[in-house]
Amino acid sequence: MTARALSAPLLSIEHLTMRFGGLTAVNDVSFNVGRGDITALIGPNGAGKTTLFNCITGFYKPAQGRLALAREGVAHAQDVEALTRSGRRHSDGLYLLERMPDFEIARDAHVARTFQNIRLFSGMTVLENLIVAQHNNLMRASGLSLLGLIGWPRFRDAENAAIEKACFWLDKIGITNRADDPAGALPYGAQRRLEIARAMCTDPVLLCLDEPAAGLNPRESAELNDLLLSIRTEQGTSILLIEHDMSVVMKISDHVVVLDYGKLIADGTPEEIRNDPRVIAAYLGVEDTEEAAQVLA
Amino acid sequence: MSPALPITRALREAGLAGLVAAGLAFPILVLGTEMNQSNRLVLEQRWSWMAIAAGLVFVGRFLVLMFARTPKRAAPQIGGLVLSPVLSRIGVIALFLFPLVMLFWLGPQGSLKWINNYGVQILIYVMLGWGLNIVVGLAGLLDLGYVAFYAVGAYTYALLSTHFGLSFWICLPLAGLMAASWGAMLGFPVLRLRGDYLAIVTLAFGEIVSAVLTNWTDFSNGKAGIMSIPRITFFGLPFTASENGFAATFGLEFQAIHRTMFLFYLILALALITHVVTLRLRALPVGRAWEALREDEIACRSLGINTVNTKLTAFALGAMFAGFAGSFFAVRQGFVNPDSFTFMESATILAIVVLGGMGSQMGVALAAVVMVGGTELLRELTFLKEVFGSSFDPSLYRMLLFGLAMVVMMIWRPRGLISSREPSVFLAQKKNVSGTHVQEGHG
Amino acid sequence: MENFLQQLINGVTLGSIYGLIAIGYTMVFGIIGMVNFAHGDVFMLSAFIALIIFLALTQLLGLTSLGLVFLIVLMGAMVLTALWNWAIERVAYRPLRGSFRLAPLISAIGMSIFLANFVQVVQGPRNKPVPPMFTDVIHVTSGGAFDVTLSYKQILIVSVTGVLLLVFWYLVQKTALGRAQRACEQDRTMAALLGVDVDRTISLTFIIGAALAAVAGSLYMMYYGVVNFSDGFTPGVKAFTAAVLGGIGSLPGAVIGGLLIGLIETFWAAYFSSDYKDVAAFSILIVTLIFMPSGLLGRPEVEKV
Repeated sequence: MTARALSAPLLSIEHLTMRFGGLTAVNDVSFNVGRGDITALIGPNGAGKTTLFNCITGFYKPAQGRLALAREGVAHAQDVEALTRSGRRHSDGLYLLERMPDFEIARDAHVARTFQNIRLFSGMTVLENLIVAQHNNLMRASGLSLLGLIGWPRFRDAENAAIEKACFWLDKIGITNRADDPAGALPYGAQRRLEIARAMCTDPVLLCLDEPAAGLNPRESAELNDLLLSIRTEQGTSILLIEHDMSVVMKISDHVVVLDYGKLIADGTPEEIRNDPRVIAAYLGVEDTEEAAQVLA
Repeated sequence: MSPALPITRALREAGLAGLVAAGLAFPILVLGTEMNQSNRLVLEQRWSWMAIAAGLVFVGRFLVLMFARTPKRAAPQIGGLVLSPVLSRIGVIALFLFPLVMLFWLGPQGSLKWINNYGVQILIYVMLGWGLNIVVGLAGLLDLGYVAFYAVGAYTYALLSTHFGLSFWICLPLAGLMAASWGAMLGFPVLRLRGDYLAIVTLAFGEIVSAVLTNWTDFSNGKAGIMSIPRITFFGLPFTASENGFAATFGLEFQAIHRTMFLFYLILALALITHVVTLRLRALPVGRAWEALREDEIACRSLGINTVNTKLTAFALGAMFAGFAGSFFAVRQGFVNPDSFTFMESATILAIVVLGGMGSQMGVALAAVVMVGGTELLRELTFLKEVFGSSFDPSLYRMLLFGLAMVVMMIWRPRGLISSREPSVFLAQKKNVSGTHVQEGHG
Repeated sequence: MENFLQQLINGVTLGSIYGLIAIGYTMVFGIIGMVNFAHGDVFMLSAFIALIIFLALTQLLGLTSLGLVFLIVLMGAMVLTALWNWAIERVAYRPLRGSFRLAPLISAIGMSIFLANFVQVVQGPRNKPVPPMFTDVIHVTSGGAFDVTLSYKQILIVSVTGVLLLVFWYLVQKTALGRAQRACEQDRTMAALLGVDVDRTISLTFIIGAALAAVAGSLYMMYYGVVNFSDGFTPGVKAFTAAVLGGIGSLPGAVIGGLLIGLIETFWAAYFSSDYKDVAAFSILIVTLIFMPSGLLGRPEVEKV
């Protein structure tokens, strides 16, 4: 156990339920995302992982549950209760994500995400993608663009700073030489890394990655591991990721959560999960844990 | 790309096409409905027309099959013109010099038509195209009712000047403000709509505005429109032959061409303002947000961009420029009526934007020149009267060819004349983005 | 009371015509996701074709049996309009399929302009009066403010619409063509991979849509007694409104939408103001799309995040 794990969780998910008509995609799921942790969300296909993500990032509105995100040094249990009762969406570094629309979660709560099917701005250059990510800062600096229209110097400075930050990330993911190429022209692995870099340009406290290693070969997966670990160490960003690639999950996660058919079936360290018979049963498609034990024996 | 076909196959396909054309010609082309003396509808037989139609289609299809490089399906368009910045600078200078050149060449009477019907008319559509380009080209929001904002601008000036005597120079910004408010008001309820649905709603909105202008006679004077709108002044000096007129003040002999030239430079200035503002906004957060919205709206929201505001600003700004153009239209015409603001106008402006190549300022300007200039030129083809007889009226065919031209242009260049995008910021080198990567937006 | 009943009859009749046109819109949108802007003008074209065939049969061939004549008119209009729409699809839409979404839209708008002006040029811009036919009426009630009448024309229109709806519903639900069509609506690539001839299916969709529009055009010509080259735009937009209201992609929805629009327009014109009846239809369109984008019978679209 690390010192990090002892501090209050960054995001506490409580009794989250999401329904689509008659189908319950996420069923009463509760777990914590630790501050400064890399938390992996795994499970067979259709388990409800992306749906959970979409609830956290505001693209779906959950039927039930509470998603309390607390910035550093903020919030005790009673603050969360008070905010819940008050009916407001956020206050003083504490956010109830289930009440907030998607762009507010990104803008105010500083939760960033990537997508299962890469969503880059393919007709814009790599650099432009990273500049767009810093939209809100630049809007403030340019007086909602109006002052920028007349050449306000503060905006020029802000834009230069934005370009510098973009360069930092370009360098980190190794595509500085392609900064002026269209994002759509990049090879697949580079596109995935660019999406992560773009998300990081919003300075998030929580980075949600939806299958970041999908389609990557082992070398690229290893590079991804390094990237994520350095993001956690240098930027202090907590990471929540959905992944199928166990080489990524087992190597870098501090905490693993397993979903199956919308229900949470295991929650612990990678070692605990690897040996959990219920997890094995879920992946093997075996319903009965005793039968799974027999199979594995 | 299908290679040149063997002659026999081309002949056979052309023959088939000719046969289809013959079938299509019957009976709509072949039997004409006419009113006879006793006011009854009778048929006139024109079998030769069928032969002509079939023949034309046969020849045309044969030539296309043998020589043209039309692919069977829309191949990703990699080409398209590339206009260097030098060329556009030359273009602007040429525009400044145009009236003077015309005046010198054709004299004050002869050049009037060219400066007015061609110069001013084309520039109005260039400005409208640039305005709609913000909504459709940059933000990817499909607006089929753009003419409504044009009408708002025109009627604002018409009503304010005739009822309250406000001068054009005061009404111009007011017209823009009014149109922008309407743009925001329209934008707000339709924000959630995607793609074609957004198009239809904006179309319906345009039609409602047109219907209200036609029927609410107390307000807009209905179909008759508003007449005797005060004409443009040279910042207060009227363009009349009187003592305090423009000509007298500057010691010139009064000529009608003065006002026309002033109007030309005015619309040129307005259009250039539209252009410059658009270019600057593209390099500012709000403009980048528009283009990001077009590329992928969900990704925008995930980056904390309030896409509602993004859409509203696109609508409002596009509407504002249409409002400016509208008030210019009113001051130039001297009267406004609902007939000038039909769906045809919206369709024309949209066609200009799409033909230009979405988002490309130069492309839109080029498209406006081609389309508006082209249709105006058709009026000049009076020599055809000698070929086809005096009852032949080329202006009837104007719209026919216009519609056909729209179809042909889309098949030839589905992504527009200029299908590459210029990035608004670059690190080492400004490289144009090919049209294959640029999204079209889903509204 | 009499007025209400009369307007009801009139509205259902008008709505049937809208419904027939609306089916064409909804089928094309369902299968290739395109709003066929030219469909309203195809309807107008079919009205002219029907008129011309009628005149040819009665004047040039001297046929007198009105029932026979009208039957031939209907068949002829359907065949010829279908040919037109097939040709339009091949020339203006097929080359643009699968590309940029706006290009087919502009092409369709261009086609719409072309068709309207083509008819204007070859047939003249004036209104064309239709010789009277089926002029008998049935008096439904009597003794009130006025007699509520149900004309033979109206019976014809509603019954033809009903029969055609049943035929085409059967076609779509039970036959191979219908299955192929529904497959293409859901996933065109997959349907092609499974052996469905997508081009042929799409062509057939346009043909069927045109045939129904031709029926509407013939009935319209007979009912209103006058045709004009500009008659394509407004009924076209209203029929599209009907398709949207009923749920785009749904055949019965198109007809129900048509009936609703016909009734609303008729009652609005009768009880409020005839000038603004078009505004009523457009406003319904806007309200439906904003609050109920999938319409009454349509399936809501969910975008995958």
